[in-house]
Amino acid sequence: MLAQTMEVLIKGLVLVLLLMGAAAYMTFLERVLMARMQLRLGPNRVGPFGLLQPIADGIKLLTKERFQPAGVETFTYWLAPSISAFLALFIFVLIPVGGTVEIWGHPIRLQIADVNAGIVFLLAFSSLAVYGVVLAGWSSNNRYSLLGGLRGTAQMISYEVPMGLALLTVALSAGTLSLSEIVEAQKEHWFIWTNPVSFLIYLITGFAETNRSPFDLPEAEQELTAGYHTEYGGMKFAMFFLAEYINILAVSSIAVTLFFGGWHGPGDLPVVWFLVKIAFFVFFFMWVRATIPRFRYDQLMSFGWKVLVPLATLNLIVTAYFILVWK
Amino acid sequence: MKKNFSKVLSIFRGLLIVLKYAFRRPVTIRYPEEKRKLPSRSRGRHYLTKWADGKERCVGCELCAIVCPSQAIYVKPAENTPDDVHSHGERYASDFQINMLRCIFCGYCEEACPTGAIILGNEYELSGYDRESLIYTKEMLTEKNPGDSGRDPKREI
Repeated sequence: MLAQTMEVLIKGLVLVLLLMGAAAYMTFLERVLMARMQLRLGPNRVGPFGLLQPIADGIKLLTKERFQPAGVETFTYWLAPSISAFLALFIFVLIPVGGTVEIWGHPIRLQIADVNAGIVFLLAFSSLAVYGVVLAGWSSNNRYSLLGGLRGTAQMISYEVPMGLALLTVALSAGTLSLSEIVEAQKEHWFIWTNPVSFLIYLITGFAETNRSPFDLPEAEQELTAGYHTEYGGMKFAMFFLAEYINILAVSSIAVTLFFGGWHGPGDLPVVWFLVKIAFFVFFFMWVRATIPRFRYDQLMSFGWKVLVPLATLNLIVTAYFILVWK
Repeated sequence: MKKNFSKVLSIFRGLLIVLKYAFRRPVTIRYPEEKRKLPSRSRGRHYLTKWADGKERCVGCELCAIVCPSQAIYVKPAENTPDDVHSHGERYASDFQINMLRCIFCGYCEEACPTGAIILGNEYELSGYDRESLIYTKEMLTEKNPGDSGRDPKREI
């Protein structure tokens, strides 16, 4: 019992540290990639090739003044960033990073919790991320923040529906809700080949769920200064920032787990394939951000409800039909 | 339907264009380490030039100060005396100041000058820590040796 607890705690600690570091370096990667796509050089001053830039940014953010504007709802104001960061990190409890490896004679599963209703858990916790956004927007006592928070809420709730419907087809195809079993079921062929429409819908909703461009309406600089985190600075802001980047990792790793065969790949290199696939998705997120302009709010809503929801429903029905007929 | 399809297709075309640009050479440079060579006629800081014999070209006519739209130039003319000859004319500028904070680098002074004394060089890194240091005095503006500013000292105007 104690050994198991220790194992889970150590795995959790390693995961949190890795994710924080990855998120910090993703900000750097994004800046460099965007710069290259816009024919600029990007950050290259701190350290060789600018590689120490995230550390400099971290120090800057940590040593900033702990500023709190007048008229904010203090408790909620401080709670909101931690909700965002916690929920972003929590998703990774469920993701199978690899199979079972042996370290010093102990067989260790590279997944923290193999919940038998993994997909349901995923959906539940990714919807909770709305709270970070809406509470931050509301408690800041600022019109831009409130607008950003409300937009974020409406957007995330609307896109939750097609996302759930898209993930249901995966559950149908695999015949299970457990993520590790879904990965096992993709040993022969990845689910992207059998459910390409669900993957497309998931990818689009994934962009919306992480509030990334082209769906970055909650934090649209041009119209809402910074949206729901306008009034946040220093480490509080960094928490939102980290949460956003960890959410990108989360959405990528869910996509990899459900559609791209998880950690399976040629050769016996479990974690490596997982990381390679995630890296591709992370690149894709940044690539899209450098390319596609922001949606208008009514376009966003009508696209979500009038295109994605019917399409996802239809896709679900067709998948269910095929599974009934072929199995 | 067909219209929507082409719209979706254009998104992917856009993605590919952006990816193509990612492999091009950046157009920006690491500025303080690398510097771009400016065109020779670009307008930077001023110089007061000299003739080949070392005499100042400026004859203290004040046309530059008159034409200057931002009134950045101050000229204090004085008469040349036989034992103290500074220029080829009757007068010379005993004091010449340009306030670089006011200057808009329009180049009108260069055009107005009848002797080609004041010219605009290519140097554009003209920052300073206080306002006094940005009022360029006659010593700072006058080239040390004829031709230092890049202007041919034998040129008539």
